[in-house]
Amino acid sequence: MPYAYAQSILEGAALTLALAALSTLLAVLAGLLTAAAKLSAVTPLRWAAAVYTTVVRGIPDFVLMLLVFYGGQALVNALANRLDREPIDFSAFWAGTLTIGFIFGAYFGETFRGAFLAVPRGPLEAGAAFGMSPARVFARILFPQMLRHALPGLGNNWLVLLKSTAIVSMLGLADMVWMAGQAGRTTHQPFLYYMVVCALYMVLTAASGQVLRRLERRYGAGVAPARF
Amino acid sequence: MDFDVQLIVDNLPLYASGLWLTLQLVGIALACGMALALPMGIARATDAPVLGRLVAGYIYFFRSTPMLLQLLVVYYGLGQFRWLQDQWTAGNAFWLLLREPYFCACLAFTLNTSAYTAEIIQGAIRNTPAGEIEAAKSLGMSAALRMRRIVLPGALRRMLQSYSNEVILMLQGSAVASAVTLVDLTGAARTVYARSYAPFEAFVFSGAVYLVLTFGILGLFRLGERRWLAHLRPQGR
Repeated sequence: MPYAYAQSILEGAALTLALAALSTLLAVLAGLLTAAAKLSAVTPLRWAAAVYTTVVRGIPDFVLMLLVFYGGQALVNALANRLDREPIDFSAFWAGTLTIGFIFGAYFGETFRGAFLAVPRGPLEAGAAFGMSPARVFARILFPQMLRHALPGLGNNWLVLLKSTAIVSMLGLADMVWMAGQAGRTTHQPFLYYMVVCALYMVLTAASGQVLRRLERRYGAGVAPARF
Repeated sequence: MDFDVQLIVDNLPLYASGLWLTLQLVGIALACGMALALPMGIARATDAPVLGRLVAGYIYFFRSTPMLLQLLVVYYGLGQFRWLQDQWTAGNAFWLLLREPYFCACLAFTLNTSAYTAEIIQGAIRNTPAGEIEAAKSLGMSAALRMRRIVLPGALRRMLQSYSNEVILMLQGSAVASAVTLVDLTGAARTVYARSYAPFEAFVFSGAVYLVLTFGILGLFRLGERRWLAHLRPQGR
């Protein structure tokens, strides 16, 4: 494999990772908000969250991405037209990041909801009895305990999200799948380059598994593992 | 900006043929995938000496790489091999199938869903209550008979819930079929968009159809659960 192509695929891998990391950040924020809405006492909020998670999880990520990418551009153009400005280009990177974050916010929301419900009330009440503010109870007690329950689900969501990023190559974004396609066409060795990218995905998956196990040990400290 | 319903109405035949193609791809992949997954799941769950390891590797590969990439490998990647090109120039009907986008999509989707399904089957088999197997042994059933009469019927029931997720993921994953020139439901929407530059009309409608399909699948599984998990339903007094 010539050096130049190896380099371009690594550049694509960097883009894949940046996209995955940014959209995960977004999805976690959206997921926490969704979980809060689902657990809130306000009925319209619960309804809105239910509609969001149901609709998003029922539509393919590719279709949503096309809608945000082309629809977003159309909206930007219409807006620019109304304001009498030059329309700006809606970047494929941000369309991808926003869409993936938006989609996976629904999945993360479900995971967080279950995890929040799994935290026992006692420690929270104890925190309040010590005079902690609700924000501090959340940050010091509720969140860390919730995370232990959420981690397995979060790990799964992350892996699905990482693989979803491949779809941005169909919007012309130069992620590693797209780069491999280019290299394959130029060198007439598409199999080689696609398999290299497969291997990269497998490495990322394995590495994520390692990190996840560490995190699970960290947040599961003090909880005896079940022995069969 | 307004929403032009007429555009959708005008393109209904295109959407309908796209929907039909999506249903074919998903149906074929699920059926063939299940046929592959059953033996693989059994081999994996029973820790068959060499086969179990091979199946584990197969499952790991297909579950840790994107389905889009698998599709690209099958459709564009395999053509790299000289030997295959020679078969194509020789007009070998069997190998020419690998130049058909339809066949390649079916193949890639089948392999992909078979890996996920095998993993689900494996889990369901491993969750068989030990007592059921002991009872079957005490009745003198052979390993094969136990698998057929005791383990599989229970495992297939237990996996209904997680398999419904896989079916929905397969339906949604099939949206990448347009990467290999197929005009499935998503491909139809892309065609409508390319002709009209009306993104909302084109994609919102196909999204709605997917949503309806998803609910339809969930409904079917609900019916299946009522039929096959009837013994677990709470009994009214």
